Amino acid sequence: MQTEVFEGKLTTRKHMRHVGLALTSPGMLWLLVFLLLPTLFLVVMAFAQRGSYGTIDWTFSLDNIKKLLGFSSFGWSADNLVIIWRSLKIAVITTVLCLLIGLPMAFWIGAHKKRTSTLLLALVMVPSCTNLVIRTYAWMLLLGAQMPPSWLARTLGIIGEMESLYPGTFAVYIGMVSCMLPFAVLPLYTSVERLDWGIVEAARDLYAKPLRTFYHGILSQMMPGIVASVVLTLVPTLGMYVISDLLGGAKFILIGNLIQQQFFGTALDWPFGAMLGIVLIVSSVLSLVVFKKTGGKSFV
Amino acid sequence: MSRRLPLYARIIAYFGMLLLYVPLLMVLIQSFNANKHGQTWGGFTFDWYLKLFDNTLVQSATLNTIILAVTSTLISTLLGTLLAIGIHRTPWGKKTQAFFDMSINIPVVTPDILMAIALVSVFALFRSFTSVFDPGMLTLTIAHVTFEISFVVLVVLSRLSGIGRDQIEAARDLYASTAGAWFRVIVPQLSTAIVAGALLAFTLSLDDFIISFFVSGPKSTTLPLYIYGSLKRGISPQIHALSTLIFALTLLAMLASTLWSNRKKRNEKRRRTKNSAVI
Repeated sequence: MQTEVFEGKLTTRKHMRHVGLALTSPGMLWLLVFLLLPTLFLVVMAFAQRGSYGTIDWTFSLDNIKKLLGFSSFGWSADNLVIIWRSLKIAVITTVLCLLIGLPMAFWIGAHKKRTSTLLLALVMVPSCTNLVIRTYAWMLLLGAQMPPSWLARTLGIIGEMESLYPGTFAVYIGMVSCMLPFAVLPLYTSVERLDWGIVEAARDLYAKPLRTFYHGILSQMMPGIVASVVLTLVPTLGMYVISDLLGGAKFILIGNLIQQQFFGTALDWPFGAMLGIVLIVSSVLSLVVFKKTGGKSFV
Repeated sequence: MSRRLPLYARIIAYFGMLLLYVPLLMVLIQSFNANKHGQTWGGFTFDWYLKLFDNTLVQSATLNTIILAVTSTLISTLLGTLLAIGIHRTPWGKKTQAFFDMSINIPVVTPDILMAIALVSVFALFRSFTSVFDPGMLTLTIAHVTFEISFVVLVVLSRLSGIGRDQIEAARDLYASTAGAWFRVIVPQLSTAIVAGALLAFTLSLDDFIISFFVSGPKSTTLPLYIYGSLKRGISPQIHALSTLIFALTLLAMLASTLWSNRKKRNEKRRRTKNSAVI
């Protein structure tokens, strides 16, 4: 048996692995039964059928993919594709908005002394620790017909005389951005903190214009943080359903709402809900691959 | 100085802070507003808070939330800490390591709703064998532990790799036993990370809505579920009072944890200076 030194002790790799197995097995067993198995089960279920009264009929086919693409016994309809497209669009726009607001915030936090910036970062993170339902509800109040934002939008002629900002697309965007902003700022701030300002000074010394300095000297250094922030905003936004449910009004449906309808609503089609879930899995995995490819390692 | 921010960047940053805090302020103001419908200011009142304390539904939801948060935090902290230590100190093969990475990162990088539907489906599957998995406190606890474990592991693991391997080797060189080295050298340094992980798990549990919404039963309503339900039924200003209280509690918990870890750091510094004075 080949012995090696681990933690300053002469022992075998096999022995270390036995101890490791003992330490990890309670947690891994839990994750296996309640995380990995359920995810696999979801994938299998996605290829089953809806039985009568919302039961699951375990005959496997690709029907749910067809249904996802809009084919049904009544012919083709774009409804599902429209919902997926809308979810993607909202996720992408929310992510871009979060970056555009989050970048200045990260620099603003980083421009303070160490103690103040820690406090400011905590201030940014605190709202994300309060309940999502409460925060969304607050926007329902704020964007109501009698409140200043709606009044302002009416006076400026952005919305009609009798309308309010809630419910509607604008309300959904505001809700999404204010919900995701902390998660966008966190990785951005980490990379602002690690910035090598010497490069910026070198660029200035070499007479680079401000825009080029920013692009080559700052933004290129921040790429890992930017990618992490994109992943952390994009993926949860794709699956969000509380915000669209509360702020978007009855007709505003995203993938999340569609999934919820399959499980609890009138549709009651678990296998199709599982197929929609797979769409989410695929998009999260894709964004993770991009994250790893662009050199991302950790999110914070 | 190259770090001075241009004015427009500062304005955007303030706007971002506004986006984060205006909704919270709004709820706070409304919780003292005597006008039931909240569109205009009807005078200052404490009524909604007083009514809240008489509301039995809120009381049972609060109790459920706290029981759930405490139980799930205890289980997930224990399992997560052991898991992190096991992953960190064992010379795993590349593939096993990748498997651990994947299992831990799934809940962090996939949308909540995915875990919700996966769990609700598999609970339905288990139900065909035993009625233990009927929607209720047990299913809620299982679901919460499942998403909390990952966060505990990530926090503890990052501290472990920060501590590195030198100290334990030094302890062993000084004839400490494995257990002695771990409990007297590593665990004291790890304790803040474990507490931080537990606090994170606790707040995540308090706040979780999406997963709870899918796996809870009629008798296991938590506060977020209660608030959502009353939004759908029609709003009572008691919700404002309740939300304000929850926010105040979260803020207090965060403040306490920051102060606690700061004091810990200061104590450590003091001890170190004392030791060096002795030397």
